[in-house]
Amino acid sequence: MTTAETTQSSNLREQIRKVLNAQAQPTVTVLSSLIAVQDAIHYLPDEAIKETATFCGSTINEVWSVASFYTNFRFTPPGEKTLDICWGPSCHIVGAQKILESVHTALEIKEEGESPDGKVTLKYNTCLGACAQGPVIAVNHHLIGKQTPESAAKIARELRGMSK
Amino acid sequence: MSTPFEELQSRANKRWNELAAGESAWIRVGGGTSGQAAGADAVFDAFKSTVGATGVNANLSKVSARGLMYLEPLVDILLPNGARVYYGNVKPEEAQAIVEQHVTNGKPLIDRAFAYSGGDGSSTGNLPLLESMPMVALQQRIATRNFGDTDPHDLLQYVANGGYTALNRAITEMTPEQIVDEVKAAGLRGRGGAAFPAGLKWSFLAPSTAPVKYVLCNCEEGDPGAFNDKGIIENDPHTLVEGLIINGYATRSTHGYIFIRTGHELPIESARKAIVAAYEAGLLGKNILGTDFSFDMEVSLTGDSYVAGEETALMEAIEGKRSTPRFKPPFPAAAGLWQKPTNINNVKTLSYVPEIVRNGSAWFKSIGTETTSGTAIVCLSGHITYPGMYEIPMGMTIREVLEKIGGGVSEGERIKVLQAGGPLNGLLGEEAFDTMIDFDAMSAAGASIGSGGIIVGNETTNVVDLLRSLIAFNQFESCGKCFPCRLGNTHMLEILDRMCQNKAKSVDLILLERVGTSMKAGSLCGHGQLGFNPIASALKYFKDEINSCLAGEIAPGGVFGDGTMILPTRTRP
Repeated sequence: MTTAETTQSSNLREQIRKVLNAQAQPTVTVLSSLIAVQDAIHYLPDEAIKETATFCGSTINEVWSVASFYTNFRFTPPGEKTLDICWGPSCHIVGAQKILESVHTALEIKEEGESPDGKVTLKYNTCLGACAQGPVIAVNHHLIGKQTPESAAKIARELRGMSK
Repeated sequence: MSTPFEELQSRANKRWNELAAGESAWIRVGGGTSGQAAGADAVFDAFKSTVGATGVNANLSKVSARGLMYLEPLVDILLPNGARVYYGNVKPEEAQAIVEQHVTNGKPLIDRAFAYSGGDGSSTGNLPLLESMPMVALQQRIATRNFGDTDPHDLLQYVANGGYTALNRAITEMTPEQIVDEVKAAGLRGRGGAAFPAGLKWSFLAPSTAPVKYVLCNCEEGDPGAFNDKGIIENDPHTLVEGLIINGYATRSTHGYIFIRTGHELPIESARKAIVAAYEAGLLGKNILGTDFSFDMEVSLTGDSYVAGEETALMEAIEGKRSTPRFKPPFPAAAGLWQKPTNINNVKTLSYVPEIVRNGSAWFKSIGTETTSGTAIVCLSGHITYPGMYEIPMGMTIREVLEKIGGGVSEGERIKVLQAGGPLNGLLGEEAFDTMIDFDAMSAAGASIGSGGIIVGNETTNVVDLLRSLIAFNQFESCGKCFPCRLGNTHMLEILDRMCQNKAKSVDLILLERVGTSMKAGSLCGHGQLGFNPIASALKYFKDEINSCLAGEIAPGGVFGDGTMILPTRTRP
């Protein structure tokens, strides 16, 4: 590891320790700690796993078992913006598959993940909770309902900074 | 000298009178997750800047969602003359005209509004009365009684509408045993899906003299098509908080947890604010309302995991572990969260409790059917004209809900299929639409009220494709602990996938049934045990369509593209 990397890692560890200590609720667990870290820095780097293990008096193995179980956790930094698309049965029945396909095209990807320019992270969501407005997507966690393949693709292109 | 609760009530009434009976107009913009998805935030901002810029004499609140989600963003204005007028599908650019004409000039935009309530009718033209609209008139709102009227973040508005009266009565006039008896007599059955009598469940926990006991509220609600648990928490969190405190008192418990999935920001924020407000008002913490009853409450977040909604998996998640189910026994009332005696109730179940205590068990028992008292909070989505959240008395038929409340499907079309009660429950065909909505009648029809979600499919819906989507959800969400569930769902998804691609094999139906049998026999929790339900019910109502699909003649409508489905690639290790 180079000196620069070591410094970066130690800054990250310091930031994570602050987040872990700032948890306001009375019950603090491995899971609550991981959620707090991901809320703050949007992914779980190795440092988060190690610091959480130390903070909770747990082992790295135990923390990994929790982190790898819940599908909201990610282990690489996301793109600048996030786009969630609901693929659950309620949105499926009103056309979610067509929206996924058009957004894939707009983001130039074939599955969940980052667009090649790194600007947008696409995530499939099992239910965003606004089924009456389906098909639903969420831009940076803000929900937008009644989508069409065209409207969702337009939003995806705009998130990448393309004009339309 | 007035009691602490009387003091709170007098502050609350003062606040409510300022808003609802004062000299200013009151503009209410419906919020909630669904409202947000429909654009309510931008509408609220537009009203805020218009009110600010014009200096008009009006209070502006973001209130709870009324449940009429097809009309969102929904705005209503109450004038000091007592007339309240409702506008649906409001756009931000309409804010200025509505404020200027309705509030400043006192002339509602009748052509733009859909209903009125209150007032003498002189200013509301030919608008229908809100309470006369079938989707309002046919409701009986108990858990959702404040929806559309109050600001969920304002405890005083909740108290002014009768809130915390039940808690005050419970802890100052009733013994824990009397409350358990009252809940038993009301015939309240658990609304999380299992329909277990709530009073009986409470009575398992009450006798234990352990120093620490927990009552948990389950708002995991991962069922696609269901949004009533999150709906109650984001729209009227105090009705749940009050219910959970009463649950704690009745079972002599010390701590309560409200369990919500991370990422659902509005319900989480709403629950947290309600708990803080309840502590500040002396409704939580030590010596509640001056009595010797003390009780603490907090929000516990889970990561994304559908199985975390299973009661023992839920306890694992609160303890911070992987949310996989435990073996039973021991049952939670004996050894639950951190091995302490524990009760787990669904949001809806607890949200009925304040009104049961306030109005008495006989009142609640008189609503609904013989075996299922009270109401069902139905969430309509999919191909339905009026999607939304409606609280109806148990005993209404599915057809009445679909046609009279939901407005049916568009003209010239027909409802073909329903998915009721979440992805572990069945599909229903048209011959089941006259089924009465109560736990036992629904279960006999091969479905469940379960979570209350009803996803509607019109004639373009391909049943095999819908089944694949449900099994894909169940496969993705299997926690992996029991291999019949983990592998069984994967195997069923493979078979349904080839059926959708016209590559079915003649043995596929037998294979599906065998896998389903193994899952039922070999899984620890409902996720595996009930996993074959969607297919079993489809075989009951859509046998012809499935058979022709197995014969390589899938109806092309509804299957997208070449028949492959875009699915998450991630699995649980």
